[in-house]
Amino acid sequence: MSQPTQEEEILAQQALAEAAGAEAGSEATGGLSQGQIVRKRFFGHTGALIGLAVFAAIFLLAFTSVGAFGIPGWWKYNHTDVSPLVNDGVPTSSLWPLAWGEHPFGQDRIGRDLFAMTMRGAQQSITVMVLIGAIAGAVGAIVGGLAGYFRGWVEAVLMRLTDVIIIIPVLLLAAVVGQIANRRDEGSWIASFASNNGVVILGVFLGFVLWVGLARLVRGEFLTLREREFVDAARISGASNARIIFKHILPNAVGVLIVNVTLTMSAAILLETALSYLGLGVKAPDTSLGLLVAQNQEAFATRPWLFWFPGLFIILICLSINFIGDGLRDAFDPRQKKFKAKSAVETSSHSSTTAPVADASKGS
Amino acid sequence: MLTYIVRRLVTAAFILLGASFLVYLLTASSGDPLAEFRASSAPNRQALMDARIDLLDLNTPPPLRYFKWLGGAAQCIVPFGNACNLGKNIAGQPITEALGFALVQTLTLVTGATVLAILIGISLGIVTALRQYSALDYGVTFMAFLFFSLPIFWVAVLLKEFGAIGFNDFLRNPEIPPTVALGIGAVLGVIAAVVVGGAAKRRLIVGGSVFAAVSLILFYFSLTQWFRNPGLGPVVIAIIGVGIGVGVTVLVSGLKNRKALQSSLIVVGIGVIAYFAVQPLLNDATGLMIFLLAIATILVGLAVGYFMGGYDRGQSMRAAAITAFLVGALVVMDRFMQAWPSYFNNSRVRGRPIATIGAGTPNIQGDFWIMSTDTLTHLVLPTIALILVSLASYTRFTRSSMLEIMNMDYIRTARAKGLSERSVIMGHAFRNALIPIATIVAFDIGALIGGAVITESVFSVRGMGFLFIDGLQRSDVNPVMGVFLCVAITAMVFNLVADLAYSALDPRVRIKA
Repeated sequence: MSQPTQEEEILAQQALAEAAGAEAGSEATGGLSQGQIVRKRFFGHTGALIGLAVFAAIFLLAFTSVGAFGIPGWWKYNHTDVSPLVNDGVPTSSLWPLAWGEHPFGQDRIGRDLFAMTMRGAQQSITVMVLIGAIAGAVGAIVGGLAGYFRGWVEAVLMRLTDVIIIIPVLLLAAVVGQIANRRDEGSWIASFASNNGVVILGVFLGFVLWVGLARLVRGEFLTLREREFVDAARISGASNARIIFKHILPNAVGVLIVNVTLTMSAAILLETALSYLGLGVKAPDTSLGLLVAQNQEAFATRPWLFWFPGLFIILICLSINFIGDGLRDAFDPRQKKFKAKSAVETSSHSSTTAPVADASKGS
Repeated sequence: MLTYIVRRLVTAAFILLGASFLVYLLTASSGDPLAEFRASSAPNRQALMDARIDLLDLNTPPPLRYFKWLGGAAQCIVPFGNACNLGKNIAGQPITEALGFALVQTLTLVTGATVLAILIGISLGIVTALRQYSALDYGVTFMAFLFFSLPIFWVAVLLKEFGAIGFNDFLRNPEIPPTVALGIGAVLGVIAAVVVGGAAKRRLIVGGSVFAAVSLILFYFSLTQWFRNPGLGPVVIAIIGVGIGVGVTVLVSGLKNRKALQSSLIVVGIGVIAYFAVQPLLNDATGLMIFLLAIATILVGLAVGYFMGGYDRGQSMRAAAITAFLVGALVVMDRFMQAWPSYFNNSRVRGRPIATIGAGTPNIQGDFWIMSTDTLTHLVLPTIALILVSLASYTRFTRSSMLEIMNMDYIRTARAKGLSERSVIMGHAFRNALIPIATIVAFDIGALIGGAVITESVFSVRGMGFLFIDGLQRSDVNPVMGVFLCVAITAMVFNLVADLAYSALDPRVRIKA
């Protein structure tokens, strides 16, 4: 298979949870709330911090440089402007001496500025990613939560629905959905909206496809949590279903949800670029990172920079999201301290200064 | 157990019905199959349109058309009915025929890559778990994350440029400059030193010897133009074979089991003798013959192990069989190398052996070895690309599973009662770590058929993914449904297999009937 799927993530989580049992770490966490502990752990994770910094930098660069939502950016070109070729389109930026130049990433054959195109593409990819993460997370949490909390026929219906969607390979389903999202032949309001904001439609559609894995995870989490004593206590003291779900169970399940939404987002970036590459995602005249790679792969021998920069940005975004997700997983995982038995002496002297980048609880 | 399986299968059938209905409607609403005619100005436009409407039955609304399609598809379940009808594609070709061709293409593409990715991934995962928080661990972790984030179409273009075009250019004049040879040697030496771990002196010795060996071999290759006329020969096979024999014995039984070591080495000896014996036979080889020879090789290994015996007969047999198989693979590899010059100089190949697209050189002719070499050279790049992107998940997963197990109490018990580290790792830890991995592997095999869409499109292999994407772009429902059916059925079957395997491997998990 080409990319690890959500399915694997789920399996990894399940297998680990099964094997590990319900042992909680016996860390000294006196007087700290869950949020504070998580934050402390996350900011102690070097890889995640670097990932966060890189992603923030790319985000700012992409959205301020060429402008977004109708606000103009500080860069002089946009992704459709054609300007005369400077130095046959070779990138003008250089590391030493550090210089930016007229076209830092170079130009394509007809003189469009690659920096502007890449930034526009990164914007589109990030937008799709965030939309997918938000929608898939919300739908997955609701479906999984309802199924896990109410059991009975609600669970049967919702989980069979999940089964139906989950057996369709993600890329195939996404391709069909992407194709539908790109239909422009009707005169309805959605078509006119889509013609301006194609990428938003794409993100929304894909979000409604990718929630299934999350729903299964959240359901599993709810199934164990609803049997816990504090839920019984809440029920006996007369709390409503809504209160139990939102005040008692959800805060305990939020770790799993956040971590897996992040991982879904990193998969979403690759999915969007792959779809655009296949011609089923973002379409010209608008641009996306995958589309840029697809359009320029033939020119690799003559204008390699057209190919390098968009690909580099795909990798950077995806890598930083993966590291953030990894840091979050370590931060939310109470079993974190468990795997250091063999090198306990070594790590106890290190743990205050260097955060463990690699922890056993990653199942990616 | 039987009740459980039957119930799962019935549920699966209903899920399949629901999912296929969904996919049918979605695909049918994703575009207009007549779009190309609507825009055309051909005089017989109307006739063409009518023909296509007739062919694809477009006047029936999609929900109804689904049930018509289902009626045809249902006949596929009837055994020996030969009435399987999945409809026709937009060009009028029956889907069953197109699917058969595509399935073969896809399976040749993904099988090797998946097997290799699983093997390499699991070994890397184990090694990193055993050296947790070492330089190797951090390095592999970072690489895993990097590969995890690589878009395969991007990797593919790089591979085409540097792996294929670059390597083909290199083959025109296969001389390695001394600096490059030393550089490659140094890199591999550093990697070896990192992998081997332990004290600085040991690392230095291992790294240094790898550096020297690799550099010398590369010099030798460059001098003799080895890449033009590759070959191993009996001497090299014997040397590598002894290495393999010792290595396999170390892993399977430990060097302390002398009988196992002896059986492996005997097998290597038999292999070198057999090398001369099978050469005439191999000259007119067929796929079936290679397969039978492989089985015979394994049987010989088992027999040698059986007769050598020792305090643990099973270990001797396993060590000898694995060694026999690997030595046999070396002999076949040598035969491939013998065929290389004639493939290289083939009029169709014209000295550029590594192909960038397609599944075979058009109109190439030759014996079994030429044809197989042709398939292999076309598979090299997609296989590398697929391995790179799927390696990461296996590595990470094996590592975490292995770490989990290594912290179990029974591992401590095993150590405490004085077992060697080898038997703790291979006998107690690794086997249990494999249980969750088996689930993942079953899932992945289930997803194999539909999983290589992008790879197929980049390397222009006309497999299942191509069929699917092509059908989708022309709004042609039937091929899409055909691919979906194959993919969904294999996925569900292997899901079931995964669950059953899990309960078979792990007695703590019981299937509730």
